[in-house]
Amino acid sequence: MTNMLKIKNLHAMIEQKEILKGINLEVNSGEIHAVMGPNGSGKSTLASVLSGNPKYEVTRGTILFKDKDLLEMEPEDRAREGIFLSFQYPVEIPGVSMVNFMRAAVNEQRKYRNEEPISATDFLKLMRDKRELLGMDSALVSRSVNEGFSGGEKKKNEIFQMAMLNPLLSILDETDSGLDIDALRVVAAGVNKLQSKENATILITHYQRLLEYIKPDHVHVLYAGKIIKSGGPDLAIELEKRGYEWLINP
Amino acid sequence: MADKPINRNPITTMIEQQYTDLFEQFRSELDANSVVGLNRHRDAAYVTFRQIGFPTSRQEDYKHSNIARTFDTELGLNLRNIPIPVNPYDAFKCDVPNLFTHLYFLINDRYYDQIQPDDNLPEGVFAGSMQLFSEKYPEIFTAHYNKIADDSDNGVVAYNTMFAQDGFVIYVPKNVVIEKPLQLINILRGGVDLNVNRRILIIAGEHAQVKLLICDHAVDDVHFVVTQVTEVYAEASAQVDIYELEENSEKVTRLNNVFSRQKENSHIVTSGITLHNGYTRNNYHFRLEGEYAEAHVGGLAICDKSQHIDNFAFLDHAVPHCTSNELFKNVLQDKATGVFCGKILVEKDAQKTLAYQTNRNLCASEEAQMFSKPQLEIYADDVKCSHGLTTGQLDEDALFYMRARGIDQEEAKLLLMVAFTRDVVDLIRIDTLQDRLTTLIDKRFRGELMRCGNCNVCK
Repeated sequence: MTNMLKIKNLHAMIEQKEILKGINLEVNSGEIHAVMGPNGSGKSTLASVLSGNPKYEVTRGTILFKDKDLLEMEPEDRAREGIFLSFQYPVEIPGVSMVNFMRAAVNEQRKYRNEEPISATDFLKLMRDKRELLGMDSALVSRSVNEGFSGGEKKKNEIFQMAMLNPLLSILDETDSGLDIDALRVVAAGVNKLQSKENATILITHYQRLLEYIKPDHVHVLYAGKIIKSGGPDLAIELEKRGYEWLINP
Repeated sequence: MADKPINRNPITTMIEQQYTDLFEQFRSELDANSVVGLNRHRDAAYVTFRQIGFPTSRQEDYKHSNIARTFDTELGLNLRNIPIPVNPYDAFKCDVPNLFTHLYFLINDRYYDQIQPDDNLPEGVFAGSMQLFSEKYPEIFTAHYNKIADDSDNGVVAYNTMFAQDGFVIYVPKNVVIEKPLQLINILRGGVDLNVNRRILIIAGEHAQVKLLICDHAVDDVHFVVTQVTEVYAEASAQVDIYELEENSEKVTRLNNVFSRQKENSHIVTSGITLHNGYTRNNYHFRLEGEYAEAHVGGLAICDKSQHIDNFAFLDHAVPHCTSNELFKNVLQDKATGVFCGKILVEKDAQKTLAYQTNRNLCASEEAQMFSKPQLEIYADDVKCSHGLTTGQLDEDALFYMRARGIDQEEAKLLLMVAFTRDVVDLIRIDTLQDRLTTLIDKRFRGELMRCGNCNVCK
């Protein structure tokens, strides 16, 4: 078990408003962390900052990923190093087919590792295998990226992309929202299948529901830009029973 | 409707003077190197041109394109038809299977007839030199040449009619269907700066079908000012596809004018693709004058550096139950300028008209400029007309989404720009051309498109 991610005193803002006010978090390989908290506490900002969204400005603090300075890296290099963000609101890109999009993404990562571009047959096989893992319709992957997808299809498509890219650190931002129970099971099964000793996952959610299907090793409560409580899996169950109030106003 | 210049600018009058002098002085050479069918239109055009001159930016419809200025330079005209040594059939061998079997060339404004293509066209079809057509089919030629090319408010058309000596004709008789597309390659060659004036005439009889791809290529690195007037006739139930692909150098000014007339149930599909250019003005005038006629008009320009694209489309619904659909898109980078004006006229009795217009523009740099204007004049009350206009930048959210998957920022921009052009390419009804164009557009954005004499469509 090696250290993968080390966040120290992270402050970040958007449009002159400070959202993150000193986050400290360490994630080791093989672990699943759940970050919970009420709306507006900064959960999605944390995900955006980790993936390098240029809309957010980091004002203080450091993030080390595999001992490299993550904040110095462009979003694409973070992805190539193995960070994957499953978007809360996946973006529709009309005119760019899923096939071309995925091929470009896979090949960029291979290029970064000094590998040859994937062959057409290997790529199609990879697409088929991962599509089947998520029970996705073959018609979906021949369409434009997320265009006209239902909410559930978009979320499945995020996990499909995660499976294709096989990241070291996956950040799932509200992946459970907008999913019915069947879709949730499929998505959770996909995430569990992809989890290994080498990689790690950060689950961002404000319901305990997802945690019935994906068991976290650590649970953190984020409130007003800080982690106010950390604990084991039991913390999530307690939160489900008691809400956040007892932590916010003790 | 025409903006008549009241006080003609003395500078533009001087510019025009050079050309009217030239016309008067070399009139006999002009006529001697052309045919009576074209010569008989010169005088009237000359009178009109002296009245209205070249369009200038004082006119509303030319606000962002000062045409007169483009003629303010020393330009030669090859009026005596001195041959330009080139065998295009060697230089432009086509190896795309099952696509361009019928291949023709205009070298500047002359039909290249040194080699007759082995084209196996259906019986009765004519495809070739305008001079030859006017002599072989004098009645058909007279009934169509310069009949719909309205020069009353367009000095470029009058100018073209004064000087045009040859061009290209397709005549497809009633009930004849040409399965394979025809391709006309316009090659610009010259050792000095040149003015080139060419004509194209397309006549599709009742139930006839023809598809034509016209490619423009400048070979030599001199300035060319090209005027082109195309007249298209689609008789009842005819189907005509015309795709124009411009791949000229930055030193080329292209002043293109397309006029079409459609009878009942006819379909016209056109698309003007500007892949590489200098200064381009495309005037389109589509007139739907038979019920249930349809016109589908596409336009796409990719411009960078200081390139200029101006598309002016006039859709004239003269009778009921017709459909028109316009889709014009521009991708502008660096200091490029784009102009679009979409005029739709629904005449008084043209009930049940469906007329749709869309203009979308992507300004991918701070300095690129786009001027766009929809102009709807509707005199019937039971119609469906719509227009949509957007000018914007690349979608930041989509860019970040792609970068978050490891796709390089430049590559992501490129994919988004290619995607933006997709629906114009989809309008084209020749599958192999769609594929070819997709590749060319991708290369254009990557800066890999070698702008040279080689036909990128064929090679």
